[in-house]
Amino acid sequence: MASHYEAPIRKPLVTGDKSYHDVTVDIAAPVEGRADKQWWIVFSIALAAFLWGVGCIIYTISTGIGTWGLNKTVNWAWDITNFVWWVGIGHAGTLISAVLLLFRQKWRMAINRSAEAMTIFSVIQAGLFPIIHMGRPWLAYWVLPIPNQFGSLWVNFNSPLLWDVFAISTYLSVSLVFWWTGLLPDFAMLRDRAILPFQKKIYGLLSFGWSGRAKDWQRFEEVSLVLAGLATPLVLSVHTIVSFDFATSVIPGWHTTIFPPYFVAGAVFSGFAMVNTLLIIMRKVCHLEDYITVQHIELMNIVIMLTGSIVGCAYITELFMAWYSGVEYEQYAFLNRATGPYWWAYWSMMICNVFSPQFMWFKKLRTSIMFSFFISIVVNIGMWFERFVIIVTSLHRDYLPSSWTMFSPTFVDIGIFIGTIGFFFVLFLLYARTFPVIAQAEVKSILKSSGERYKKLREAGQPLYQIDKSAKVEVKEGATAITEETKDPEMEVKNDASDLLATIGTFDASKETADDLKLVKGIGPKMEMTLNQIGIFTFAQVSKMTSKEYDLLDGLTGAFPGRAQRDDWASQAQKLNNK
Amino acid sequence: MYTISNRLKMGSIILMVVGLLGIGYGFLAAPSTVAEAKEIVAGHDDGHGGGHGEEASPAVSSEHGEDHDAAHDEHVLHQLQNKPWAALYVGAFFFFMIALGALAFYAIQRAAQAGWSPLLFRVMEGITSYIVPGGIIVFAILVLSVMHMNHLFVWMDADVVAHDALLQGKSGYLNPTFFLIRAAIFLAGWIGYREYSRKLSLAQDEANDDSNFKMNFKISAAFLVFYLISESVMSWDWIMSVDPHWFSTLFGWYVFASMFVSGITVIAMVTIYLKSKGYLEQVNDSHIHDLAKFMFGISIFWTYLWFSQFMLIWYANIPEEVTYYVTRIEDYNLPFFAMVAMNFLFPVLLLMNSDYKRINWFVIMAGLVILAGHYMDVFNMIMPSTVGDQWYIGIPEIGAVLFFAGLFIFWVFRALASAPLQPTRNPFIEESKHFHY
Repeated sequence: MASHYEAPIRKPLVTGDKSYHDVTVDIAAPVEGRADKQWWIVFSIALAAFLWGVGCIIYTISTGIGTWGLNKTVNWAWDITNFVWWVGIGHAGTLISAVLLLFRQKWRMAINRSAEAMTIFSVIQAGLFPIIHMGRPWLAYWVLPIPNQFGSLWVNFNSPLLWDVFAISTYLSVSLVFWWTGLLPDFAMLRDRAILPFQKKIYGLLSFGWSGRAKDWQRFEEVSLVLAGLATPLVLSVHTIVSFDFATSVIPGWHTTIFPPYFVAGAVFSGFAMVNTLLIIMRKVCHLEDYITVQHIELMNIVIMLTGSIVGCAYITELFMAWYSGVEYEQYAFLNRATGPYWWAYWSMMICNVFSPQFMWFKKLRTSIMFSFFISIVVNIGMWFERFVIIVTSLHRDYLPSSWTMFSPTFVDIGIFIGTIGFFFVLFLLYARTFPVIAQAEVKSILKSSGERYKKLREAGQPLYQIDKSAKVEVKEGATAITEETKDPEMEVKNDASDLLATIGTFDASKETADDLKLVKGIGPKMEMTLNQIGIFTFAQVSKMTSKEYDLLDGLTGAFPGRAQRDDWASQAQKLNNK
Repeated sequence: MYTISNRLKMGSIILMVVGLLGIGYGFLAAPSTVAEAKEIVAGHDDGHGGGHGEEASPAVSSEHGEDHDAAHDEHVLHQLQNKPWAALYVGAFFFFMIALGALAFYAIQRAAQAGWSPLLFRVMEGITSYIVPGGIIVFAILVLSVMHMNHLFVWMDADVVAHDALLQGKSGYLNPTFFLIRAAIFLAGWIGYREYSRKLSLAQDEANDDSNFKMNFKISAAFLVFYLISESVMSWDWIMSVDPHWFSTLFGWYVFASMFVSGITVIAMVTIYLKSKGYLEQVNDSHIHDLAKFMFGISIFWTYLWFSQFMLIWYANIPEEVTYYVTRIEDYNLPFFAMVAMNFLFPVLLLMNSDYKRINWFVIMAGLVILAGHYMDVFNMIMPSTVGDQWYIGIPEIGAVLFFAGLFIFWVFRALASAPLQPTRNPFIEESKHFHY
């Protein structure tokens, strides 16, 4: 990768005083901790929506597609809108991980993991719609060009719908491989930290036996780059081929050559909006504000603004060309979009997709968390309307005016859509509890060049290798404190146990009960006895220990120096105490 | 400080003189009567042992008889009279497009706050300096078209419009006055940004703070919005409207891809040339590698857009659209498909290997193929509607390329010699110096 030098005017990508170990602890925290009540509430709602969707799917399949709002004229509407919407959302992940990797954008490292997860989950939702629409989903394998017993029955290679099958399945597989490759070192990190044997086993399996040797890293980097190279044309191809579903036809409003790149831009646009929606919540819930900083949100907003403008340019190009072409059918299709019975959908689309992202030109607005969240929702809605407008307005005015009609979704249509949203969040919420949600190995690779802690040390002219916790306190006090700080290690050894207890609190046997300190990894029966002798009995006491106390403890016990800090007893104890 | 060598200066002047002679010959050799035109066509066909001309005319004339024959001859005369103009226009636009593509690349580097490229800013600024003379020449050709000196744009002919309902429908947009106003606004915007950004870029080296740099960032972001719209409209006006019946929504972005990759290629070539002369010491292999990656990537992007436009029109097979490609495949078969090979196959095969992207002469060779390919792309865009099947690449075409190449080299290197080649106070300059892939 690029050199470690970074211009001083660049803002830090990891804020707060984070050392390498802090990164590990912070990112492992949501996985190692327990789910709180909020998570269960949200999960239950998502699960209920998902189950409702499953019910609607079962009803559709057992009764027939007639349960949907489709009719003879509008024979494609709600299902395909949702399909394209979900596929579009699934674009940001691979764009962030592949294209931004090729462009050496370091800021992608905080968001790529979740964006890729989101990609995979949303492509799964997208895939559901065509399969349900088949009516007999158990025959879904018929879309594959496999030798069969039906004689000349063969897939139609001329149909863009078949190209879609290939494009999306390829995209899903490559995205999955890409995602998992990045996860290997992070799963290994969770494995190495796991306390319970079951978790250790599972994360061991998931990490494919990652050993962390130089060879592993070298292969890891190579394969990441190759996959990025492969995935980049794939990002373009998926939505290009989705656009072909419409653009290869001769239906006014559908047949237009700008569709391929404009669909891709729109997909990236909606994908980034969804990333923003999810990450703004996640950074708060999982306490990752130091990694997914305001700057990250700002940069995503800029991408939203850029792709929104490209999409806007395409809308206007389409509109202009419809007039310029002199083709009456085209002219009518666009006039009907803007002023016909679906005018509200068209103008919702215009306002949400073209107008609203322009607010991001103002620094105040694009660095406001609440406003970014609001706009991300607006864009999600707008992009749904875009697909609805393209699909329904072009179809509902048939060539025969006697066939003109409207489309209205049934409760089944709506139920399935809500079901996919529920399914998506079920998957995402499970992911957030079991996967490292930030690519910590990658974040660590930029910590020295882009971490606030190291930037400050560099500015102060201090060496970067002070990685013990004492440095943490000093940096906070300002640059001058670092130079003045002189430590006499012998002084600390002389301190006795009362000094130690003074900071972490004493144990009152009459009010408190002693905890089983052996639950803390690194404390065995012997160490527990030693701690008890000093006067440490509870998790609460251990959790208050900082490096100063660890040093004191090392001085007192003389056994395993540095062990307590390495295992991070304090945060382990904190967790045990909260149970 | 770079100074333009005498050899380069002389070379560029010789190119211009030879080019001018070629252009002049083209105008003198153009027929002025139907009889002359017939003679030229006959001579041309004999020489090539029965080319496209013969195949096309009998089929048409048998249907419409004598009247049509005369009309056809008249038509051929117009095509042949257009030829030197079209050759001049293709050359003028092609070199102008290089500068405009480089300007977009430059603005993106500024707006994206890229850390690798500031060492190349002066090279880019040198190349973009050509949009002033290049833009004025293209504008002058457009003005001459409006003044009916040529028939590059048939919709400018009031007679044609009077008999064409489609063109009457478009006349609110396609009318000479509005056309020139748009062209003037776009050129003013592009030149204005280029000159102002260059001023700020030079001022930044003298300043004590980053205010010039920040200002440059802001105007570059704003410029890109202007560029997004103006570039599309420009391509409809200056290129698509030579065939005023035909339309394609993708056309603007397709032309953009062409100019973008040509601009980047020339940035790489000028950088390598300057390095070979001992300038730009801080520019290392990684910079060249990155430029070559852009040449590779944008070539594929261009192919993507080419394919999207071609495939959708071919697949839908709607007569008023597909005629565009029918003409090209029937009358321009070789240049049309050779252009795709030069712009796609060559860059992919030559620049796929990462080591080759660092070999300077290799990048130059690949760059020459790409530039030739994109010249052919412009040729394929303009010629079929202006000269029909009467095309060939002869003295007027080559003359125009030589003249504009000479002018381009002369102007660009003169601009390069006017300021130090390395920015000093750009806040990212250290990143660029340390850049290592």
